[in-house]
Amino acid sequence: MPARRVPSRGRRLLTRPSTPAFVGVLVALAVFGAQAPQLLGTGGWASVLDSAALVGIGAVAVTLLLVAGQFDVSIGVLAVASSVAAGLLVTEAGWGIWPALGASLVGALAVGAVNGVLVVLTGLPSFLVTLGTFLVLQGGTLVVTQSVAGRSLVHDVDVAPGWSSAQAVFGSGVMVGDGRFKVSILWWLAAVLLAGWLLRRTRFGNAVYALGGSRRAARELGVPTAGTTVALYLVTATAAWLVGTLVLVRQAGVPVAPEFGAEIEYLVVAVIGGCLLSGGYGSAVGAAAGALLYGTVRTGIGIAGWSPSTFQVVLGVLLLVALLANGVARRRLIAVPRS
Amino acid sequence: MSEQPALPFPEPEGGPVLPPVAAEPVLELRGVTVRYGSVPALDRVSLRLRPGTVTCVLGENGAGKSTLVQVVSGVRRHDDGELLVDGKAVRFRRPRQARSRGIATIWQDLAVIPLMTVWRNFWLGDEPTRGVWPLRRIDLDVAREGAARALARVGLPDVNVNQPAAALQPGQRHSLAVARAMHFGARVLVVDEPAAPLTVAQHALVLRTVVAARDAGLGVLYVTSMPGYAHLVGDRFVLLAGGRVAADLTREDVDVDGLTRLMSGGEALATLTAELRRAT
Repeated sequence: MPARRVPSRGRRLLTRPSTPAFVGVLVALAVFGAQAPQLLGTGGWASVLDSAALVGIGAVAVTLLLVAGQFDVSIGVLAVASSVAAGLLVTEAGWGIWPALGASLVGALAVGAVNGVLVVLTGLPSFLVTLGTFLVLQGGTLVVTQSVAGRSLVHDVDVAPGWSSAQAVFGSGVMVGDGRFKVSILWWLAAVLLAGWLLRRTRFGNAVYALGGSRRAARELGVPTAGTTVALYLVTATAAWLVGTLVLVRQAGVPVAPEFGAEIEYLVVAVIGGCLLSGGYGSAVGAAAGALLYGTVRTGIGIAGWSPSTFQVVLGVLLLVALLANGVARRRLIAVPRS
Repeated sequence: MSEQPALPFPEPEGGPVLPPVAAEPVLELRGVTVRYGSVPALDRVSLRLRPGTVTCVLGENGAGKSTLVQVVSGVRRHDDGELLVDGKAVRFRRPRQARSRGIATIWQDLAVIPLMTVWRNFWLGDEPTRGVWPLRRIDLDVAREGAARALARVGLPDVNVNQPAAALQPGQRHSLAVARAMHFGARVLVVDEPAAPLTVAQHALVLRTVVAARDAGLGVLYVTSMPGYAHLVGDRFVLLAGGRVAADLTREDVDVDGLTRLMSGGEALATLTAELRRAT
């Protein structure tokens, strides 16, 4: 049999899902570094990483889903809803912050379980199923907040018992030079490492890739398709809760307008990080690279003094470039050699 | 196809095993019924599979062949009837149980996932692990080496197990599926042939696998819609139609033409053939 050429190291590097995003980060740093040199100082880095961290936690969860060929529209709204729930338990019911956060985690997991079970039972596209949850959560959060608190924002959560320890875990930061590096960066790092380990090193990760690669083959080989799907939605719900909690503790309150409910941005970042929308391909490192690119561009545009609307334009262009690049990568991988 | 025919099955020690005459069936179905809602996909199907023999299951699309394969491989549970392995009734809940009882399946799509590496494909659904939960993880060294060794045994000694399965040639993919199926010490091999047209070389690959497994003393269930190829290797022919066994014949009962006639609904095709011959 003619031995197929073993791909060289350089070639393998080129076909990694994360490579285009890392290249993008370098280009962005060069472009914005020339326009606004502060970007490359500690202050600039602190704000790049902060921006990357919040979107990165959501994006890494969405990456897991996309690899399995699923999506969750409700992740952003779930982040808002869980932080609002914790906030209301503190301000209206007088709970301590830790029990309130525990309760909101349980609630988020319940929503994730509902999403997962519905996707499994109905066999419908997960986009539609989670769109339903999205609407329920978005409307429900507003209705509940207004009827319980009489207004549409939660604030003064910092009176809660246990606030200082919660602040240390979710809201602290370290000053380095003129930049404040927040603890959310560590949470992001932990999420990326955990997701990467799960995907590459565990049976669960193999099942996730198999689900997205070929559901039929996965079933035939006895990969637990239903259990894996539900577990994935629980992971997503946990990520949403973490994002919500980080924002709640940082601001000691939440405006109930889903401004940080950024499921579209999570999706964009995951795709920039090399995920295929058709499933079966993507990596945690890619999601991290995508988030870094997102943070660099966002901060760079702010520091360079461009109009904030430019950011959307650039993000859209990046998404299109990523879609094209990923399509090429996929064709190269899938191409069946003719015998 | 440029590759050498590889015998995927190691020759048993002391030459080929000749199964004793009238060996006990290693796999038996007694009145197995599977319903989708109220419609039976399999209706009281019975068949016996003895070691060292090939039983061909023939039928049109929708005759119930796929459901039969699913029941035997543990993907789907049967509703009524009995499934016996070595004379003991079993009811598989998952494919892993079927594999551990020695029933190996080569699926129509080969169950190979192109974007995953060869070694991940090989172990999918049964990965070797180490450590205790929650730190339980795939044992990468064992998995890579085990996959490479198993592939070497089926005639692919030089395959890089770290490349995506998409990089394999069709014949190599088939060998990957065979290697995986055989890994757990199979005694029954279920070969589900694709309904899509295969090239002659691809058919040859499938038939070589069937014959090699038979010669190694396995009971082979060869599921196909091609009577011509079935008659080349089969000892017994079970025709499925509408989920029922329409005929159960041995090699002595029927020749290729007879089998073809039966498959295509009997005399209709024969008449058609005669008319066409007259017309030319």
